[in-house]
Amino acid sequence: LIQSRMDSTFAIKGKDFVLLAADASVAHSIISLKNTEDKIYELDKHVCMAAAGDAADRPRFCNYITRNIQLFKFRNGHSLPTETIANFTREQLAYAIRHGPYQVDVLLGGVDETGAHLYFMDYLGTMQEVEKAAHGYGGYFVTSVLDNYWSPDKTLEDAKFCMKKCINEIQTRFLINQSKFIIKCIDKDGVKIIDLNEQSRQAGLDD
Amino acid sequence: LKEQVYIQMSYDTAITVFAPNGHLFQVDYAFEAVKRGACTIGIKTNDSIILAVEKKAIGKLQDPRANTKIFQLDEHISMSCAGLTADARVLANIARLECQYYRFNYEEAPSVTYIAKNIAKIKQKYTQRGGVRPFGLSCLIIGFDQNGEPNLYLTEPSGSYSLWKANALGKNAKTVQEFLEKHVKDQITHEEGIKLAVQALLEVVESGSNKVEIAYMKKGETLSYLSEEKIDTLISEIESAQQAKQENIDKMAQLST
Repeated sequence: LIQSRMDSTFAIKGKDFVLLAADASVAHSIISLKNTEDKIYELDKHVCMAAAGDAADRPRFCNYITRNIQLFKFRNGHSLPTETIANFTREQLAYAIRHGPYQVDVLLGGVDETGAHLYFMDYLGTMQEVEKAAHGYGGYFVTSVLDNYWSPDKTLEDAKFCMKKCINEIQTRFLINQSKFIIKCIDKDGVKIIDLNEQSRQAGLDD
Repeated sequence: LKEQVYIQMSYDTAITVFAPNGHLFQVDYAFEAVKRGACTIGIKTNDSIILAVEKKAIGKLQDPRANTKIFQLDEHISMSCAGLTADARVLANIARLECQYYRFNYEEAPSVTYIAKNIAKIKQKYTQRGGVRPFGLSCLIIGFDQNGEPNLYLTEPSGSYSLWKANALGKNAKTVQEFLEKHVKDQITHEEGIKLAVQALLEVVESGSNKVEIAYMKKGETLSYLSEEKIDTLISEIESAQQAKQENIDKMAQLST
């Protein structure tokens, strides 16, 4: 499997929220097909998955997981906690790698009674619960920014600022033009899309 | 030219076969099983669909939480059944899988019509296959169609399906159907519908909120249940109205003698 690492995804976890970000561009060879693609899939009301990888495998795998989670919900009358959903997703990836691989790297985040959780997963079936994570080439640029500007005791405003810094870094230093990012925030009330331009805080973004 | 035909030897496992008078006895008997089931009512109003089921008496030590005849199939489709409750569980799970399967393939929500027809198709299959018996269930499937209109589908053990304004299944269904035919008008509001559903069920069921389960679906919303307090309030309203009516009748009877 030759990994295309053009999709930039990254995520941070707070005390009771998780922020997931993914670039919105889809490219084919040297052509930019669209920049309004939502790569963050809502598996359930309190769990989302930001996926990076093959443009065909990504929606297929993510829909497959979503439909299985929903089927469980209707068959059994209740939703699954984040950890269980993450483990299910990982199992599917781990099975698939030796039978029919999905070229998808996933950042899965959710909030339930046990709090906020963020899981880093890749196409081999690797899984690790983390506080901050990133996939793709974008990850190379963003990891140090996350290290410097994020710790889990910070607020949602700090988190949005950190995201803005990360996106700015990618847009400045990454060769590929990724003009649009979609950011989703999960907290106890569910999933909502965040518009970073509403940010009033202005600090050192023109380094 | 030689034609090659491959015939696999196997035993004849057919159970549902025609009788001389054209009936499929197994299907007829399945209808009988439905007639013994707990009463289930469905009513379509202007902007909602209501399901009301009779909660059968349970043992003193039994926990009532596992006892449900209203199944949510998807965000926007629900079903209630009359007949064999174990069959209902199996059919509901098949339908739930079909809903998710449809969403996976088409990335859109399945219409009530699609699911109702699908359930009917499965029921028909089980009347024409070796080694199986038909489902002993009639189902009321509710949801909103693409035009935003509420739909109430009935599927029978034979595999036939039909659309209804209101219907009743199970024990004493005939009594309730007569009541519904008399009282269900073309235009009913949601509140009138709820009251009608409770009234209809009270015709054949012992009164009390623990004997009745009411659920409804409004456009764009998922299935909601009526709380026990609300049901109790409605029942006492209906009963006091009935009592007042009866007292009037008695008075008139007295005056005429």
